[in-house]
Amino acid sequence: MSSARRVRDGARPPIRLLRNLSSKIAAIPMVLVGLGVFVGGTLWTVLHSFTDSRLLPRLNWVGLDQYERLWSTRRWLVSIENLAVYGIVSLVLTMCLGFFLAALLDRKIRYEDTFRTIFLYPFALSFIVTGLVWQWILNPEFGIQAIIRGLGFQNFNFDPLYNPDLVIIGLLIAGLWQGTGLIMVIMLAGLRGIDEDIWKATRVDGIPIWKTYIIVIIPMMKPVFVTALVLVTSGIVKLYDLVVAMTAGGPGIASEVPAKYVYDTLFTRQNLGQGFAASTMMLVTVAIILIPWAYMQFREKRQ
Amino acid sequence: MKKTIALLASTSLISVGTAAMAADLEVTHWWTSGGEAAAVSEFARMFNENTEHTWVDGAIAGGGGTARPIMVGRITGGDPMGATQFNHGRQAEELVEAGLMLDLTELAEAEGWSDFVNPSSLLDSCTLDGRIYCVPINIHSWQWLWLSHKAYEDAGIPVPTNWDEFVAAAPALEEAGKIPLAMGQQPWQSNGAFNVMAIALAGTDAWKAVHLDHDAEVAAGPDYARVFEAAAQARAFSARSNVQDWNQATNMLISGQAGGQIMGDWAQGEFQVAGQVAGEDYSCLPGLGVNEIISTGGDAFYFPKVNNPEIEAAQLELASLMISKEAQVAFNLKKGSLPVRGDIDLTAANDCMAKGLEILATGAILPDTNQTFSPDTQGQLEDLMVEFWNDPSYSAEDAQRQYADIISRAD
Repeated sequence: MSSARRVRDGARPPIRLLRNLSSKIAAIPMVLVGLGVFVGGTLWTVLHSFTDSRLLPRLNWVGLDQYERLWSTRRWLVSIENLAVYGIVSLVLTMCLGFFLAALLDRKIRYEDTFRTIFLYPFALSFIVTGLVWQWILNPEFGIQAIIRGLGFQNFNFDPLYNPDLVIIGLLIAGLWQGTGLIMVIMLAGLRGIDEDIWKATRVDGIPIWKTYIIVIIPMMKPVFVTALVLVTSGIVKLYDLVVAMTAGGPGIASEVPAKYVYDTLFTRQNLGQGFAASTMMLVTVAIILIPWAYMQFREKRQ
Repeated sequence: MKKTIALLASTSLISVGTAAMAADLEVTHWWTSGGEAAAVSEFARMFNENTEHTWVDGAIAGGGGTARPIMVGRITGGDPMGATQFNHGRQAEELVEAGLMLDLTELAEAEGWSDFVNPSSLLDSCTLDGRIYCVPINIHSWQWLWLSHKAYEDAGIPVPTNWDEFVAAAPALEEAGKIPLAMGQQPWQSNGAFNVMAIALAGTDAWKAVHLDHDAEVAAGPDYARVFEAAAQARAFSARSNVQDWNQATNMLISGQAGGQIMGDWAQGEFQVAGQVAGEDYSCLPGLGVNEIISTGGDAFYFPKVNNPEIEAAQLELASLMISKEAQVAFNLKKGSLPVRGDIDLTAANDCMAKGLEILATGAILPDTNQTFSPDTQGQLEDLMVEFWNDPSYSAEDAQRQYADIISRAD
């Protein structure tokens, strides 16, 4: 206390940079790694996307050729479309289902622990396992279709993984099955953070429960929603392993996604330039979503 | 592994001059199915028996598409293995150009590889600026139509002897509840089957113009239009074939569920494992029975530079062993592929292999698409073909236009 006063009363104003010096020193390695790996790696990647690098990187400039080729490639366009459809639907459904399940669990039901475990359990599996499991469940000869046909409904058809128009639904089913539990738990934590008095107050005012959720509880849970949103979105953009395990991009190229295009061009097709161009586009997409969000967050904090 | 090599290098440095020059050589490959593993273990056995060195098996499961990025990553990342498999062609081209592979020219000249390697194009694929960088191991050809005798017997019709008869017999098979053409849905299979049809139906000249000269006009022309029409027809035959892997498709032939499959000679191994006899239970038609010609793809081994004279000596011994007469016979009989030497006699070869050997002897051969196109172009063609084979609304004309477009930019 006395030293603080001495600083405050002393001639020298405190140097901002030297505040919490030891923790700043401790953070230096992390900062360096962050700069080197993330910023450096990103710049290197963007730089090489303007070259004709094949198996090995080389600085032979070709301007925007890689991007022109990328945007005239059918597979890339299909990938982008798939990601958009998967992303929007899965974002909306995970958030809604996650919140709905959390709200149900929060009604002080019996065996809450058991249900919570059941819903969260799929999240403990890797996407590869999830994909393989659902590939079998959706397989027309062994899975749901075979079982229902076995019950006597011979005309029942449900083989999304073999139908180019429906394959994205197959991916969504598996993705939601795995991802909803986590969002539910996050939402549940948010709901538990709501003060009991608020519920009492709304009950006294005679506001119906559903209305309380929409006009009082959800606005109060904004930080929780933002966290959930960031988690879900980042999971969507890097969607790769689920597709590899479930459909390998098929039938045809109907379930291709951008991350798979990047991997295939970089490694199996030995075309670094093209792969870097595709990954740069992915980065740009993420930046378009994240920068306005980050800007808003920081501005709020300052105020 | 790096540790092992380092350890090995340090211990051998100490023991230099006292002990024999023995080295552990890690060999990476993607041969993991039953027949493949049996074949590669012949190399391992001979290497361990005939030299002082030890074969360390580095099999990578998941096929070439999975294995190659790992191999390339290890070589460019400074952790090279002793020897590694690639297909004949241009998969390792840039690694050779970057000087990462051991030069085998002296060994090749001393043993006279150019005198007995048949076809010589295999050695050409190993050569850069007159230097030789790989050992060709075997020849695999794509140009086979496999036919299930059981399927045709069940349908009460004779087994076709060429593509036209196969097409004519398809409706009868469908009536009998069979799938006329079994197809796995992986991109490389779609592309491979199309190429086989192209050689058989467009003719050798048109195929060469597209593949060797990258002539987009021929690719857009009437010869290839015929191929696309036929492929659209074949697509309808395979509409109910919902399998992924090629061996699952071959199993549909073995069980008599499907009539035919366009697949390379490695399919033979599946028939053999199932105890089926060529000519009795199944037939094979080279070049779809129309144009008896085979392409000479296959595998070659490359030896990354390791800057360690002992390992280098072991690498050269392995290279020499792999192309020796005994190893060629032992390996290829198990693998079901053709040997790369024109001067050995494979009396134990079965019916279909014998057909292949005969065609090879007449010289009716073409290079493999891995030799004519870069992996990048191959990949674009695979994307096109897998979409075309799986989307019935994709018209033959549209697909041909895309095809010609890719060929015009091919390298």
